[in-house]
Amino acid sequence: MVKQWKQCQTLFFGGSKITADADCSHEIKRRLLLGRKVSVALKQGRVTPTELCQRCLSLIKKTKFLNAYITVSEEVALKQAEESEKRYKKGHSLGDLDGIPVAVKDNFSTSGIETTCASNMLKGDHIKRVLLRYLASLLRLRSGSTDGIFGPVKNPWSYSKQYREKRKQNFHSENEDSNWLITGGSSGGSAAAVSAFTCFAALGSDTGGSTRNPAAHCGVVGLKPSYGLVSRHGLIPLVNSMDVPGILTRCVDDAATVLGILAGHDPKDSTTIQDPVKPFTLPSLTDVSKLCIGIPKEYLTPELSSEVQSLWSKAANLFESEGAKVIEVSLPHTSYSIVCYHVLCTSEVASNMARFDGLEYGHRCDSDVSTEAMYAATRREGFNDVVRGRILSGNFFLLKENYENYFVKAQKVRRLIANDFVNVFNSGVDVLLTPTTLSEAVPYAEFIKEDNRTRSAQDDIFTQAVNMAGLPAVSVPMALSSQGLPVGLQFIGRAFCDQQLLTVAKWFEKQVQFPVIQLQELMDDCSSVFENEKLASVSVK
Amino acid sequence: MAAPMLRWCCPGRRFAFAWVGCGSCHRRGPPTGSTSNGKRGQSSVAQQPHFTAQKPREGEHEWAAVVGLEIHAQIASNSKLFSGSQVHFAAPPNSLVSFFDASLPGTLPVLNRRCVEAAVMTGLALDCHINRKSLFDRKHYFYADLPAGYQITQQRLPIAVNGSLAYSVCVGRKPSRMVTRTVRVKQIQLEQDSGKSLHDDLRSQTLIDLNRAGIGLLELVLEPDMSCGEEAATAVRELQLILQALGTSQANMAEGQLRVDANISVHRPGEPLGVRTEVKNLNSARFLAKAIDYEIQRQINELENGGEILNETRSFDNRLGFMPEPNLPPLLLYDSGSLPSGADPQQVINVDQLRERLPELPRVTRERLVRQYGMLPEHSCALLNEVGLLEFFQNVIKETRAEPKKVTSWVLNTFLGFLKQRNLAVSESPVTPSALAELLDLLDRKAISSSAAKQVFEELWRNDGKTPAQIVAEKKLELLQDPEALEQLCRSTLEAHPHVVMDLKRGNARAINKLIGLVRKATLGRADPTAIKEVLERQLSS
Repeated sequence: MVKQWKQCQTLFFGGSKITADADCSHEIKRRLLLGRKVSVALKQGRVTPTELCQRCLSLIKKTKFLNAYITVSEEVALKQAEESEKRYKKGHSLGDLDGIPVAVKDNFSTSGIETTCASNMLKGDHIKRVLLRYLASLLRLRSGSTDGIFGPVKNPWSYSKQYREKRKQNFHSENEDSNWLITGGSSGGSAAAVSAFTCFAALGSDTGGSTRNPAAHCGVVGLKPSYGLVSRHGLIPLVNSMDVPGILTRCVDDAATVLGILAGHDPKDSTTIQDPVKPFTLPSLTDVSKLCIGIPKEYLTPELSSEVQSLWSKAANLFESEGAKVIEVSLPHTSYSIVCYHVLCTSEVASNMARFDGLEYGHRCDSDVSTEAMYAATRREGFNDVVRGRILSGNFFLLKENYENYFVKAQKVRRLIANDFVNVFNSGVDVLLTPTTLSEAVPYAEFIKEDNRTRSAQDDIFTQAVNMAGLPAVSVPMALSSQGLPVGLQFIGRAFCDQQLLTVAKWFEKQVQFPVIQLQELMDDCSSVFENEKLASVSVK
Repeated sequence: MAAPMLRWCCPGRRFAFAWVGCGSCHRRGPPTGSTSNGKRGQSSVAQQPHFTAQKPREGEHEWAAVVGLEIHAQIASNSKLFSGSQVHFAAPPNSLVSFFDASLPGTLPVLNRRCVEAAVMTGLALDCHINRKSLFDRKHYFYADLPAGYQITQQRLPIAVNGSLAYSVCVGRKPSRMVTRTVRVKQIQLEQDSGKSLHDDLRSQTLIDLNRAGIGLLELVLEPDMSCGEEAATAVRELQLILQALGTSQANMAEGQLRVDANISVHRPGEPLGVRTEVKNLNSARFLAKAIDYEIQRQINELENGGEILNETRSFDNRLGFMPEPNLPPLLLYDSGSLPSGADPQQVINVDQLRERLPELPRVTRERLVRQYGMLPEHSCALLNEVGLLEFFQNVIKETRAEPKKVTSWVLNTFLGFLKQRNLAVSESPVTPSALAELLDLLDRKAISSSAAKQVFEELWRNDGKTPAQIVAEKKLELLQDPEALEQLCRSTLEAHPHVVMDLKRGNARAINKLIGLVRKATLGRADPTAIKEVLERQLSS
């Protein structure tokens, strides 16, 4: 079997693509439209929404080989750009993101635009373009190791000047095309789309690290908000109790802007917080002497690459040298996180996937011998081996005789993991600093040598415990490795202290001055897009 | 065939009250029924009636049956338990289905406040402990009319527990006695209804209607404290009345708003309980009683013939598990003491407030009727068992000077008899409470005789728009009010029938009745028999 993986993106404009009228994420739509801060360039008329849209569409075409997008709703985007332009002319734009092209991971249900989740299960559905769809391959994508039907996403850094120059020094005669790098999963398409300048912000999802992991590999900011801060309505579930919509942007301020619009109570998601959340602007921190940064010792694992490890200590030293208190802390139950996650995740997956029986929507097999035969054949055709494996394990854990020994035990371990964080924060730590990934992005050819379980266990090692505890975390690109590839570090904050977390991340971002990706060689005639650096981000610095 | 059958199953027409001690179910020894108010934990397990095998062998013929019930009551609400879809009976197929009801991925459940209130009110009415915190779970099974592959229910921590349901049964034929029995309510939980599957065998198709999918249900688990079909049916009937009084469910069994499964086992008294079997999806109280008694007898016969009872409904899906519903946080309820200050009243439910809103429950209504009007307990049962009958009765009482006993008798015998004969509901009656009240007034001031009153009632039923007084005048039904005329008629009757008078004088006391009859005939039924008797006796003795 060909092992591939793929992220799924659709381009939409000004945020209005994300919902279906009756039932989908109205709240997200409303919030995306109501941002307060407006890109100054748009406001001053130095660039129009239509120009911005056309540039992005053109870049999407130029970078088609990255395979970041599944659906590009060009017509819808241009029409919305036109409407946005009219609003700007009249002087009442809808807010910060009006006129800003944004991409959405293909596991968000959208109004009028097909959602496939890169899966056969929902492809070619007769109700396409109307209803929500599922992507059975979501979990495969999550661990970055799937055979999604659309093929894998390529990391834009594979084609960067920075990486290519280093490679030329090391490997003189290698075929460049076959050595492209992975983005990491599963929101790799979202990360690649932002990294390659084809949109300003993208929504991903994060169940065990799916937003932060590709963000680190693609040199962008990846935010996993606190569980319950952002509505999951319309997000196709993987593990309901851990899923959150993720935000990918090119700078921390942009992530804050998008979060400010998305955050808050949604009557359609009972797990969202009741208190109102207002859009916010991050303060520029000048003094970190009152901060206490925790370095969890369990995160120093043998698998951690020496380069990431040294950047991690460098970052800790940076905080310390600027006056922050940096202390070693312990999260003793970290090592149980992966196995605990496996039980909880497969159980919820088995439950969530029970609905894909081919009756109400999605793929249905040709067999009509009996209802049961139809179920069996439909699910065999629609799900791949990895998904079937998870469903089988999940149903095993949920059997009456196993429930106490597996599911309930795993929930208890989950509580211990969450308590680890509570204890550390209660001891006075403001923010935890950890690596995001074990190493920088690896070439695809190397990546597929390992089996799915091993890879997913490795991918999520630093990110997953955060989802267990429902905490906010953000991956911020720090520097390029010796190979010229991005390395990101992760900040973990107290529950619902997302703003404080992002304030620290913003300070860090400013100190490290992560280099801009250089893709000019590849997209020479588009280079003009990047000339005006101010247009590279939504927020005005 | 189907239509009269449905009619016949229609609840609310069946039980004036239940008889225990007839048919296959007979109670030995003096009934030791508890007094009227059923206290929690009080059970009637010890008072099981004993069943007799069809061919009893010496010393081996006694069996005790144990019956428990699982009842699903559809909540009367405008929208479904977790979605905004409307709830209607008999809407076009699949016309009331939201994305959530069809289980489209990405949709999330949002709990319907009305359904929670209905569960709390029902719990309070059944003396349950209301859990201030309850949880939702997913119960997994693959079924074509269960779109998500699981049902959201409350398996671990239901909304209400440890209640009781008191119901009255009549024991013995003559004289009958009302005895109150109590069945413990183990728990009440909120859960989703499933859709409906229709099997088209001709085309070998299964058609699915999701209109019902996701409607709120109350699942009530009644402990095995009942011992025969009639007890179970009476308990269900009482529950039905309570739900209807609360307005928490229409509880119409024929429309599937109340569905009952029964667990049944038999054992010899003093020995451990036998193996249970289930009788499922019973859609009328009458069938419920019959099916339970049939199953009890079947089990006894099986055991008597050396067989064993197998639990036939035991199946694979019992192994499939539950999981906490991750998309719904715990359901928290408050009382006036624990209500968080500044809480949005739309977002919190105050149990104390709901308790204040509870209407009068059927048991209390019956006790009030007995106390207020001096009627027999079984008459109070009969008044409540027919939809609208109590209201009709109370309206008549309000407008008439007649004695309550008279009113009760007329409403339960004449009026209800006419309705049943013609298979009509109280609301369909052509006779209004005011008309009956006026008729009873005429009777009360002896303006007409009882037999004339029956005649007037029949005329009223024809609904010509005439008042009782008009009918009486037209048909000349008023009683003979002139004493002189009555004296005259009596005298001429005595003169015309000397042999009857002789008979009487020879000592046949019953001959007076013949004379009374003759005088009544002469008055065209317009004289009061007591008055006639009085006059005749006076004339005979003079």
